[in-house]
Order: sequence, then structure tokens, then C-alpha cells
Amino acid sequence: MLYRVMMLTAGLVAAALLAPAEGVAQNTSPGKWSPQVAIRGQDAVKERKPAPRRNINGMWNAQRLGNQSGGVQLKPNNGRPENALPYTPYGLELYKKHKPLEGLDSVSPAFNNDPRTKCEPLGFPRWNHYDVGVQIFQDEHKIAMLYNYDNRWRLIWTDGRSLPTVVDGGVEADGEFRDTRWFGYSVGKWLDDYTLEVVTVGIMPDDRAWLDNTGRPISEQARITERFRRIDSETLEWSETIDDPKIYTRPWETMKLPMTLQDSGIDQITRYCSPSEIERYNTTFGDAASGK
Amino acid sequence: MSRADAPVGTYMKKNMMIVVGLAVVLLSGAPLGAHHSGSTLFDENTSTLKGVVKDWLWSNPHCLLTIDVTGADGKAAQWVIEYQAPNSIYAGGYRRTSFKPGDTVTLAVHPVKNGRPYGRIVSSVLADGKELGDGLLRMPTAATP
Repeated sequence: MLYRVMMLTAGLVAAALLAPAEGVAQNTSPGKWSPQVAIRGQDAVKERKPAPRRNINGMWNAQRLGNQSGGVQLKPNNGRPENALPYTPYGLELYKKHKPLEGLDSVSPAFNNDPRTKCEPLGFPRWNHYDVGVQIFQDEHKIAMLYNYDNRWRLIWTDGRSLPTVVDGGVEADGEFRDTRWFGYSVGKWLDDYTLEVVTVGIMPDDRAWLDNTGRPISEQARITERFRRIDSETLEWSETIDDPKIYTRPWETMKLPMTLQDSGIDQITRYCSPSEIERYNTTFGDAASGK
Repeated sequence: MSRADAPVGTYMKKNMMIVVGLAVVLLSGAPLGAHHSGSTLFDENTSTLKGVVKDWLWSNPHCLLTIDVTGADGKAAQWVIEYQAPNSIYAGGYRRTSFKPGDTVTLAVHPVKNGRPYGRIVSSVLADGKELGDGLLRMPTAATP
């Protein structure tokens, strides 16, 4: 009898473990290896359904708006007075040391000092500001964002944990010191059923990463606030504000991207940064074309 | 090679070239590149080159097309033309197989300002006559609803 009960229990446990969890059951029809690029824009949306509650899952893309190569979307670095940034003296000094490939103060490829061209990690929030296309997965504890550029990923914790405090050289998280890191420390909270607010602190120091392609700086003292607003079934508005008292005298808004839901079967062309490919580009084109 | 050695246009053999000449193309409104915008590097003028493909590099951070162009004086010059990264130009119709060595192609390019035989693609006419632009999607016209 005991043997039967044990076998029955073991069978039930095994069945529970093997059964697909809700939302991850496999489709019964086979998928296809296409397409390779996410090009669906808002103008291609034929039918809109109400936004799902507390759900930002999906492959999202903002077409060329997400490229932001001329500077962050809402403040392109083009010299217009309305796009001038409120630099602190230190922030301005730092900006002038940067030799970007884009924007008002861009230089030829051979003379740039953008960390990106050495395949250094872009750092956060610059990953939000460059060639952005993201796949988002979420569960009851966290949200994972998979960035197409250089196949990087990030976690946003939505389980109620506290936001770490910025301290010298890193952050203090629940009483423990932790180092700064490329994506910082992100905590999310649902403001309502359709708006997720995410705050990030503890990003890398200002000598390791830039804010955007035009050489604007950002420091380890920054607090980045993002809002993900699910407008309807097909649209996610992604906005961002940075508050970095070391670099800027006041908070300012960097982007408000209308992201469009893409075909869930998209298997994108990779956009890895490969040092050997960068070197080959510089040898074949960048240095020679620049006159180096 | 200096500009004096390789002026755009002198490489256009009359019986081979489709000479469009120099046309000013305003860059405003054009999408910015994925790797660099090129405002420092490239001339705003558009030049036309006709040549024979030597190599098509389908790679990050930029695809590069190397072509041999023969000038009116019979001298050959090698040009290298920059395209955006594969994930950017795929949407515009380009593929790894778009060019192969020996293909005769006609290209509209923004040449570099310093006169060297390098440029950025504006549009391509492939060996089979197919015309492609710079490969990039246009900016979306619809705003957030």
C-alpha cells in the first residue's frame, strides 16, 4: 500500500513538473524561420484591442525612431537652442573630451574615442538610445528585456524589493554594498494596470559609458526613470527621464518612443559588436577614408 | 590616392558610364546611420560610379562594397563604398547575395570630403537591373495614437 502511495505521489509530482506552465505551452502548429527584421510600424496596425492588464510582453520596435544615432530622441544633438542640455561645469568639460561619430561635434572614424567602437558595453541607459529593438519577457517577480544590439539583456525587479541607495563607488542594497554595473539596479512598480514605472541607479562611472552616440555624458550618480505605458494591444509607449546632478543641473526627458508590437515569430539578424569586425572595418574603410 | 588622382567623374567612361553628374542632395530628413551619421566625413554631393564588383563584405558595423572603376583615361581605381549594418539594410532589400565578384553595378554615393576613393551609398543598381536605395527604412509617419 505504502509503495502504491509513493508511486502515485511520485507520478503526480513528475506530471506537475513536466506539464507546461500557464502561458508557455507550445503551439501545436510548427513555426517558420522568418522574418529576420522587425519593421512593423504604427501605420501597419490594422486592429487594436484593449491593452492587456499589467503586461508588456512581446517583441517591440520603434523602427528608425529607435535608432537615435544623432542623439537621444527628444534632444538630438543638432545645435538647436531647444536641444541644448543643462550641463554642470563638470558635465560640459567631460562632454568636450568626448570625440563622437555623431552629432554636432562629430569627428571622422579614425579620430573618435567612443567606447562603442572598441566594442565596450554601451552601458545603461545608452542601450535604450541606440538601434533599439527589444524582446520583453515577464513573470510575477521580474521583467527581462533583451536588447537586439549586441544581444544584451537586463532584469527589472517587480517583486517589491527596495531601490538601492547610491553611495560612493556603488550602491547600498538592503544594507549591503554592491558595485556599480553596466545595467545598474532596476526596480519596477505598476502605477496602474497599464503603466509600469522603473527606476534605475548604480550605473557605471562616467569614464566607462556615454549617454548617447553624440558623446553626451552620464555618471554613476544618475537616477533613470522609465515609464512603460501599454496604450493598446499593439502599442507600448516607452519614456525616460534622467536625473544626474553630477552632469546636469536638472532632470530632463530623453525619449518617448512609440513601440509597435512585432510578429512573435521574428528571429532577428544579430547585431553583435565583434572586435575583429571593427578592426577590419577600420582597416578597409574607416581609417583610410578618414585620411589616417 | 588623392582627389587629383581619382576625381569622381573622370572615372566615368563615356561608353560605360551613366553620368548623372553631381547633384546636391540635402541630408535633412534622411535617416541617420546606425554607426555614424557621416556629416563630418561625407560630402553632401551625390556622385555616380559604374564599376565591377571586387568584394561585398556583409558585416557589422558596416557592409562594404569594393568596386573597380575605370576612368576615361583608362586608369583603374578601386573604390570602397559603405552601407549600413546588415540588420539595417536587410529591410531595404539588401542581402549577402546582392553582389558577387564580376558584377557590373552602378552606384550613387556621397564621396568622402577629402577626395579619397571612398563613399557612402545613396542607391544601387544591381547587376540584374534591380534598384535599391540606401537600405534604410523611412521614418514612421504615424505618431502614437
